[in-house]
Amino acid sequence: MSRPGFVLEVDRSTPPILFHHGEGFRLEKLPAGSRVVYPAEPVDPLDDPEGAIRHALEHPVGDSEPLRALLRPGMKLTIAFDNEAVPLPPMAGPDNRQRVIEAVLELAAEAGVDDVVLIAAHGLHRRATEAELRHMLGDRVYDAFAPHGALQQHDAEDHDNLIVVGQTAEGEYVEVNKRAATSDLLVYVNINLVAMDGGHKSTMTGLVSYRSLKHHHNVVGMQHSRSFMDPPNSELHNATWRMGRVFAQHCQVFQIETTLNSDTFPSQFGFLQKREWEWSIRDRASYLATAKSLEACPPALARKVMHGMKSPQKMTSVQAGEVEAVHRLTLDEVHRQHLVPVEGQADILTMGLPYVGPYNVNSIMNPLLVMCLGLGYFFNLYRGRPLVREGGVVILSHPTRWEFHPVHHPSYIDFFEQVLSETTDPLEIEKKFEEDFANDPWYIHLYRNSYAYHGVHAFYMWYWGAHALQHVGGVIIVGGDPKAVRRMGFKPASTMRDALEMAEDVVGRNPSITHLHAPPILLADVT
Amino acid sequence: MKAVQVVDSIPRYGLAKVAGSLAPGLGAKLGPVSLVDIDEPDLPAAGWHRVRPRLSGICGSDLATVDGKSSPYFQPLVSFPFVLGHEIVGDLDGGGRVVIEPVLGCAARGVDPPCRECAAGRTDNCERTAFGHIKPGLQTGYCHDTGGGWSTSMVAHESQIHPVPDQLDDDAAVMVEPAACAVHGVLGVEGSTVLVLGAGTLGLCAIAALRRFTTPGTLIATAKHPEQRKWARELGADVVVEPRETHRLIRRTTRSLKVGATLSGGVDVVVDCVGSAKSIEESLAVVRPGGDVILLGMPSTVTVDLTPLWHRQIRVRGSYAYGTESLDGEPRRTFDLAFELVEHARLGRLVSARYPLDRYREAIDHAANAGSRGAVKVVFDLRGEKRR
Repeated sequence: MSRPGFVLEVDRSTPPILFHHGEGFRLEKLPAGSRVVYPAEPVDPLDDPEGAIRHALEHPVGDSEPLRALLRPGMKLTIAFDNEAVPLPPMAGPDNRQRVIEAVLELAAEAGVDDVVLIAAHGLHRRATEAELRHMLGDRVYDAFAPHGALQQHDAEDHDNLIVVGQTAEGEYVEVNKRAATSDLLVYVNINLVAMDGGHKSTMTGLVSYRSLKHHHNVVGMQHSRSFMDPPNSELHNATWRMGRVFAQHCQVFQIETTLNSDTFPSQFGFLQKREWEWSIRDRASYLATAKSLEACPPALARKVMHGMKSPQKMTSVQAGEVEAVHRLTLDEVHRQHLVPVEGQADILTMGLPYVGPYNVNSIMNPLLVMCLGLGYFFNLYRGRPLVREGGVVILSHPTRWEFHPVHHPSYIDFFEQVLSETTDPLEIEKKFEEDFANDPWYIHLYRNSYAYHGVHAFYMWYWGAHALQHVGGVIIVGGDPKAVRRMGFKPASTMRDALEMAEDVVGRNPSITHLHAPPILLADVT
Repeated sequence: MKAVQVVDSIPRYGLAKVAGSLAPGLGAKLGPVSLVDIDEPDLPAAGWHRVRPRLSGICGSDLATVDGKSSPYFQPLVSFPFVLGHEIVGDLDGGGRVVIEPVLGCAARGVDPPCRECAAGRTDNCERTAFGHIKPGLQTGYCHDTGGGWSTSMVAHESQIHPVPDQLDDDAAVMVEPAACAVHGVLGVEGSTVLVLGAGTLGLCAIAALRRFTTPGTLIATAKHPEQRKWARELGADVVVEPRETHRLIRRTTRSLKVGATLSGGVDVVVDCVGSAKSIEESLAVVRPGGDVILLGMPSTVTVDLTPLWHRQIRVRGSYAYGTESLDGEPRRTFDLAFELVEHARLGRLVSARYPLDRYREAIDHAANAGSRGAVKVVFDLRGEKRR
């Protein structure tokens, strides 16, 4: 039985608290009275994931027949799956997607289905590399499909292979991958890392065009997603649900969702999973050796070491059937692992940001991604109210280097250099620059033919933080490149102590402080 | 009189070159430039007047001389020793505040009949620069016989003299010469996208001139330093970027694709106000096929791969000095347009620091590092100098 997450009140006996800091770590002594929100320990995984998958396929939830009954010879079957953005870090094999897709293919083969196509539903993300696809799907599936062109990657700019299947009452166009939309059955295979993932968002983000995505990926939508980790209170989800329902009227979707426990880091990084006062001598030695070695490494080498890490996360549930019924169960499972009750908001929220987020798997965590991870994902890891009060200060710890992956993030560089030098206001940015970037032929070319995120994706990174930017009174980054930090309109600080002093200028003397001790991921249930 | 003079000394040029390569402006300590006490220049002939400089600017070409970076090309076009300074506002001995147009054309040289270029008003292209009754010197400030602005006395021919309107103060008046260079370079520029490379005095004047006398669709400027970026925006650039961001910005602005490091398209016109190998290469890299590059900044001996120039059929045009322009079909003296520009754009604001001659090394050091110190135009202030 795993211990639930909890809130620690720092006193004089509390040891320094671990902060992730990019590819490294820092120990910070927080003032007495500060609170630290710890995640729950990993919940028990499924004993027999394959058996659980077979059971889920035979016993779907909601208005759906078992998968076996939906399969027939001569039909057109498409299996779409989440891309490499989840889970984080990439899980040690076999990946959930591999397990599920192998089970689905087995049933399809038994039913005599010949026309099967797999689609990586990466929306406007970069295409996955062969190595990444092999990791997600396993060699057997990859080798059976890729050589024949039956393993595809969604192309949101391939207008010959997109189709508008309808429009919501609010006027939102549902323009979807034609193969998926015209199949007799679309099986969607997901990994629900956080509460934001899954449900209709899977197809309405992963398989649509920019024209459709902009209906839910926009500044006003983000500002009214409070939080986007809490779907019932998220405009992002409201829009995807509206659009997903239109899609479901047109195309039969069999959704298969899986959840993971929070066993995030392998044993050599075991100290990251523990509470500091419970560190053994081995954990301390391990921390020191790891932190010092990474600190001594050039950033590129440290990055390589960290991105080579595979997570020991294990499947905790699998459910299949009708999208919304499936997702309700999924959310319960996610909450079982992630929810931590927290009473009241703080004047200052501190976070240590790790080396990886959804958009820099095997890549560089550039400053925009730091913003997105801190003010987008981590800030939104709440239900009810943000962990920091309105007008409060968020302090992030991250190296925030002025460094970009030129292949993966070309439009990010231009966004950072050209857009943010003019304004950091998300609404102004959206109005003045988004269309121009979204329709830039060079970005489109790189998205389609190289391994680049779509031209507009950099904007979404900024939009993810729009709610936080609206809510907080200041953002300070500890240990970041001052020039890069200032370009984003934030303040740099060299130490946590300096940052806390600077924050007092905004929130007043003797502020209340809450530290979000993640990853492993948690979801603060703030009352 | 006191004057900052340049002597013909190969060893000192060598030392200046070494020093200048270590730190811009360091050539002032070791090179051929020194503060001397010399006789005032004589009036060469009728039509010449004595001028007492009030302010005299330090230009990029002056700094190239100080740091031994001037091209050997100029060797026969100057006469040693000469007093530096060609951006000049001064007082005529007979009274009246004037700006000097430094080019020494046929009229100033007593060449009669004038060469065909001077006859057409294009004194910038004078074919008798090294001839006539004064010693060689393409401009005041490089001619032994005329003296230069970095002194308390010099001589100027009546063809070089422009009275300063009362509404222009000395700071504004000393900006007329660099403004005229910019006007001459950019007049007639046409294009939906124009890039100005460099935001020193010349670059900023070029931005102002483009705004005043042409209609660029989008005017982009590169500026290395924050103060320069502020001025570039103030004077009319639509987009201002740091040099390292230029290539990416041009690609995005012009919706170009890329093949390797080469853009498929580019801007219509580049106005290169730097004149280095790097800036020329950058110009060739970001101008569209068939586009124009205007070299406004004075280059020296540079090594540049001209393959893109050939392959993309780029037109490169040098722009030196000033003369007579055609504006809306009417002939206009460049200096008249420059006066208009200086007043309209209030370019006197660009004068950032004033030094007495005794502190010429500090002044040169400041001018050579103007951008990084938040300055634009550094000038010598001769108004308090004793005349002897």
